[in-house]
Amino acid sequence: MGELRAYAALAGAQARSVFSYRSSFVIELVGNVGATVFDVLTVLVLFRATDRIGGFTLPEALLMAGITSAGFALADFVVGNVDRLKTYVRAGTLDAVLVRPLAALPQLLLMDLPIRKLVRVVFGFGVLAVAIGLNDPDWTPARVSLIVLAPLSCAVFMGSIFVISASLAFWWVDSGELGSAFTYGGKDFASYPITVYGPAFRGLFAYALGFAFISYQPALALLGRADPLGLPSWAGFAAPVAAFAVAAVAAGVWRTGIRHYRSTGS
Amino acid sequence: MAGKDASVLTISPDGPLRGSISTFGALVGSGFRRYTTYRQATIAGTFTNIVFGYVRCYVLLAVAASTLDGRPAGYDTEQLATYVWLGQGLLSVVMLWGWAELAERIRTGDVAADLLRPVPPLMAYLAADLGRAGHGMITRFVPPVLVGALCFPLRLPTRWQTVPLFLLSVLIAVVVSFGCRYLVNATAYWLHDARGPIMFWVLGAGVLGGLYFPLRLLPDWLAVTLWLGTPLPSILQTPLDVAAERDGPGLQLALVALQGCWAVALLALAALVQRRAERRLVVQGG
Repeated sequence: MGELRAYAALAGAQARSVFSYRSSFVIELVGNVGATVFDVLTVLVLFRATDRIGGFTLPEALLMAGITSAGFALADFVVGNVDRLKTYVRAGTLDAVLVRPLAALPQLLLMDLPIRKLVRVVFGFGVLAVAIGLNDPDWTPARVSLIVLAPLSCAVFMGSIFVISASLAFWWVDSGELGSAFTYGGKDFASYPITVYGPAFRGLFAYALGFAFISYQPALALLGRADPLGLPSWAGFAAPVAAFAVAAVAAGVWRTGIRHYRSTGS
Repeated sequence: MAGKDASVLTISPDGPLRGSISTFGALVGSGFRRYTTYRQATIAGTFTNIVFGYVRCYVLLAVAASTLDGRPAGYDTEQLATYVWLGQGLLSVVMLWGWAELAERIRTGDVAADLLRPVPPLMAYLAADLGRAGHGMITRFVPPVLVGALCFPLRLPTRWQTVPLFLLSVLIAVVVSFGCRYLVNATAYWLHDARGPIMFWVLGAGVLGGLYFPLRLLPDWLAVTLWLGTPLPSILQTPLDVAAERDGPGLQLALVALQGCWAVALLALAALVQRRAERRLVVQGG
């Protein structure tokens, strides 16, 4: 109970500091949602040139982009801050976090409460809602549960990827943009039907790393379409399994990393 | 005391013009050397550019595969692959992402030291940025283009003038991008915190510069408006269209000329803003 109160105090302090710079807050709010708006806009612009990409129509592709946008925005809202870990490791600020009697990860997440990212979450789920409306799937109980599970699994999956790529900083302080290849790169990858990618690249990102299961396979299951790449229809329901697997890896990497951490020393 | 007066000593004995040219050259060199020290960040960034290159290239090729003539927005598949991979390389050369160095120096008051130097800040920062871009051309541009060439058929230039015109276009693109970034950072003279303008710049430059998709996919009237009305297509889209030989020789040259106009206009505007700012600058600090 006392621990919860401590976290609430951290969050409250951040909220007050955010709201004391009102115009900065509004600008960051707009800028943040803009990034996701442009992701969706890109899909729309590409469909100006053709009516099918990788064998899928605009509403179908929009469903995949919608699940990814909603899940990614939610993950970025909750754990996106962990991105800053490399700054804390470099500066040695992480020491201050570690000496407090609270878990390190939640503290890091609350060191900067990203209220500015909230509109983006709303927009992401808005896109998903529009995409569902356009596709008008046949509702079965399984699909109803999937439409709830898919964006949440995507969020858990992307959040774990955020934690794993940030943990790189424990071993490699100058990892710089490397993590973005998997966080933002993974988001871009999963925003399109994976049929568009070449076999080797698809094998690596879609199946070995699991990005196929966060939006492509669930979207197929929702639409009732057979997978042109040959996976059975239940693969769409594997989304939570994939999410938990990656989350377990993330937890392991984080624990190993934080034990490996030696302060900057000066 | 013959031959001595009270005038300030000039640093360069060879006359002011040669002096400023060699100063400019020295600053370019130091900008280059500075970035050679960020080796790990360079490798990490290049890897990320390559991953994004694969995603964007496959998506655009899938678009091309499903159009009737296989030429979305007038690019064939080789031109599209060239567009994507050269774009992933140029992205860091023109520094499409954020640059907040000047804004940070204005906020902390360090900019006062820049103003004391005998080189105008605009020129000093331009020189350093050209050095950085030169380093980027070697370390950030070449690897994605090589990977792209290994995995996809790229378009080889069919006209002799394409390569020199592309290099010129890249140079101008760096200046245009620098002008925009300088102006965005200079808002800190008035706002103290330029994070908002920088955020809008990053957002706008990515989409309207042609990184996410070639601007030719937009309706014609919109693409032309963007090209003439904003400097953003001149930063990435123009050098890429020149390299992919999207247009005939005449239009190719005209696009680079338009780029040149934007570069001159932006540098003039930046100089004006800098003069205004110096008149009202109150150095922060205590």
